[in-house]
Amino acid sequence: MTRYTSVTDDDLREMLAEIGVGSVEELFSDIPASVRLDRPLALDEGLSEQEVFEELRALAARNVSVEDELTFVGAGMYDHYVPALVDSIIMRSEFLTPYTPYQPEVSQGTLQAMFEYQTAICELTGLPVSNASVYEGPSAVGAAGYVAKLENGRRRFVVSRGVHPHSREVLATLAHGWGMELDEAPLVDGVTRLPALDADVSAVVVQQPNFFGVVEDLAPLADAAHQAGALLICACDPLALAILRTPGECGADIAVGEGQPLGNRLDFGGPSFGFFASTEALMRRVPGRIAGETRDLDGRRGFVLTLQTREQHIRRERATSNICTSQALNALAGVIYLSWLGRRGIVELAELMIQRTAYARERLGSVEGVTLVHSRPVVREFAVRLDAPLEQVIARCRQQGINPGYPLGRDYPEHAGCLLVAITERRTRADIDRLAETLGTAVAAERREVAGAKA
Amino acid sequence: MKSFIAAADDELTIFERSKPGRRAFVAPALDVPERPLDELLAPALRRSAPPALPEVSEPEIVRHFNRLSKRNFDLDTGFYPLGSCTMKHNPKLHERLAALPGHARLHPLQDPAMAQGALELMWRLQQALAEIAGLPHVSLQPSAGSHGELAGVLLTRAFHEDHGERRTKVLTPDTAHGTNPATVTMAGYEVVKLGTDEAGNVDLDDLRANADEQVACLMLTNPSTLGLFETGIEQIAEIVHGVGATLYYDGANLNAIMGVCRPGDMGFDIVHFNLHKSFTQPHGGGGPGAGPIAVSDRIEPFLPRPQVVRRETAPGNGRQGPYYDLDYDRPKSIGRLRGFQGNYGVFVRSYAYIRSLGAGGLREASEVAVLNANYLLARLRREGVAEYLPAAYERLCMHEFVLSGTPMKRALEIKTLDLAKRLLDHGVHPPTVYFPLIVDEALLLEPTETETKETLDRFAEVVAEILREAREDPEIARAAPYTTPVRRLDEASAARHPVIRQPPRQD
Repeated sequence: MTRYTSVTDDDLREMLAEIGVGSVEELFSDIPASVRLDRPLALDEGLSEQEVFEELRALAARNVSVEDELTFVGAGMYDHYVPALVDSIIMRSEFLTPYTPYQPEVSQGTLQAMFEYQTAICELTGLPVSNASVYEGPSAVGAAGYVAKLENGRRRFVVSRGVHPHSREVLATLAHGWGMELDEAPLVDGVTRLPALDADVSAVVVQQPNFFGVVEDLAPLADAAHQAGALLICACDPLALAILRTPGECGADIAVGEGQPLGNRLDFGGPSFGFFASTEALMRRVPGRIAGETRDLDGRRGFVLTLQTREQHIRRERATSNICTSQALNALAGVIYLSWLGRRGIVELAELMIQRTAYARERLGSVEGVTLVHSRPVVREFAVRLDAPLEQVIARCRQQGINPGYPLGRDYPEHAGCLLVAITERRTRADIDRLAETLGTAVAAERREVAGAKA
Repeated sequence: MKSFIAAADDELTIFERSKPGRRAFVAPALDVPERPLDELLAPALRRSAPPALPEVSEPEIVRHFNRLSKRNFDLDTGFYPLGSCTMKHNPKLHERLAALPGHARLHPLQDPAMAQGALELMWRLQQALAEIAGLPHVSLQPSAGSHGELAGVLLTRAFHEDHGERRTKVLTPDTAHGTNPATVTMAGYEVVKLGTDEAGNVDLDDLRANADEQVACLMLTNPSTLGLFETGIEQIAEIVHGVGATLYYDGANLNAIMGVCRPGDMGFDIVHFNLHKSFTQPHGGGGPGAGPIAVSDRIEPFLPRPQVVRRETAPGNGRQGPYYDLDYDRPKSIGRLRGFQGNYGVFVRSYAYIRSLGAGGLREASEVAVLNANYLLARLRREGVAEYLPAAYERLCMHEFVLSGTPMKRALEIKTLDLAKRLLDHGVHPPTVYFPLIVDEALLLEPTETETKETLDRFAEVVAEILREAREDPEIARAAPYTTPVRRLDEASAARHPVIRQPPRQD
């Protein structure tokens, strides 16, 4: 008997007798002998709880987490503080262990939380419709692309080079299946410059702030898209939306994004959640679960999954998406976190990030051998160019316990030698000073080595 | 329990609890020289008003969400025989492990050299899943079952295109989960539906009639959503492969066969796993999950990027010993399906589960899942339930089974929905209802291996009791439930006049 099952010998006898078979083996008699496994699985035998704990703790210990170093890496996921109440609430079994709320009478907790989450996302994005979550950020961009395809049936996307490389790659993966193609809109001086859009463009896809942290002026991009009869899809950083003109105000048709900054831990990339918001006009094409308000037989307020004729379990091959299990618990963490920040707090947090990021930009920009790549406004992330071999500089910083940022060269060959530096509220002035000093020392040392080699 | 607070207050949203001036968050001190905001971000780029998030204190937030939680039914509290969803126990150890900072606070873009523990865990999980599926290559990237399906159909497309073929159709049985046909459309194919024969198997004649050179793939769940093993699986594989199509395994029902038989040995080319089903992940009210895929050699070149690989030496310094890495150099890859490396926190839990159970324990889990399902079916029969709720197919079932509520509807004038709602009053979560679509008034029951015999006995008695009650007064079930936080909800008006957010605040 495993520790998660409970069939005693007596139980087994009684159960087999009730079924009317002589052995458990007989229950599998529909499986042709030729496809049965005639040996045990080649896996180790089971371990006690304590042994499993030790093994996975040892694996954890071989990772360098954001607790083990001073990190300035962001690029899509960020080291924010997650308040204790988030953990406390989402670990309640009533939120942790139920399934999708198919039986609304016993799922009001989950359903109401979804409704509250949707409201919060509408407030952040300035759009009137939000679903209850999709998988995560880049696949949310893909999901938005599919809505555009369904909406206008055109065959091209124009995607800004400032959109996260993972998002662009996901959209390309999916678009291939739809028989659609991607064109790239270049960045000029750090912001998107749209080419002339013709009548086969389904949607223009941009990111706010873009991958380099630079704030885009969305409204003209939305206007240009609309003039060509295309949709504007905007991937956004939800915390930056506390202060930036919203996608809704700017005329975006769909706003999506990575929800991790909202009360979710890093988890080496997941699970987090993706948010998805749209205009009223697109409401019946939105993917995934949506909670709606209604009344019960006695007239009491209640919540249900609604607009389900969009969904795979009802509409099957005519569904607007195949999504089923999504990220409900992570979205719950998101709405708890947003309630914790509150109306004023979220602005204060965003302003703190802007101020510290401005300070970091100034500090790093004045380091010998370090230059800012862009001069336009940013919220919490910016790129710097190092006049020294990047890998070696990073290695020197890491010897001092600092991870100075994300190297841009893999995704952007034109920015080889550049670092993307992220500042969250966890990075203090002292941390930023330490980064500037360490980076300065490392760059100087590497430049001496290069100069020495040349001499 | 009666609360001293009026019911209406219980129903308030967090937004309705908001009062200007209250707060839970206090920002860290501004420790850098403050610059005028206009200088950093021109007013034209800023929003006109702050987002109208709730203004509430910490105690209010805690109380609000804790009270909300009590309006949920959950697996840790009661029996949840939701067919096709595998609501097995979620070991508490897994939450502790996933929360260790080395796992939970690891940045996804950490240099692989500084994430060796995580990459090794992923590699080992890939190895274990490959062995369980009987297929040699695994990608952990997809985020859920339906995401794995999409990956699988896109892999199929890439495979055919690599052979210079453009096929147009994908076959799915009429018993399939809705995600299958929805996936087919999303991947740019046309759905062709296959019938089911009298024994509950895929109709082989229908398959032969529809299998041609335009077919890219057959998506199959085995055991099927009827809880029955496809006895003709070898012929199916032969027919599908005979026209050059791939055979796709929807892993939703893998919990029936772990260690007993393997999709790869049945001829499947591509398998998705629902880690949140067979490999026990808390369902969280609808996620997170993960939908890794396992594939055969001929599909491997097309797997999503990046792949977790084990190298014999570390790159750069050439240090000996295993080094776990992310391989992006995959020229034929379909590309990415999502950001970063997948739902790692889910991998931690499922890997822990596989280590806890081991080879023998996984097989035992499947054996007991099948034993429990057959026992529950037999036990319901002994209660006399079969007269009203006969099994849709008179066969041994696998880990789940389907009952038809048609005789009940005729004789007792209560529908499957009414029975489900009345079960709620008995503290039991209803089975899946009205699915599979081919069985009228269907109930799909999956007890899982982690339930005791006593729980199954009690469930059978409760169903019998509800039927007895309905014989006397069907109205009781028709108006059920009575004891839940709310009663039946008006779903039609919710869809007709959607209110899907709190109305914006007027101030």
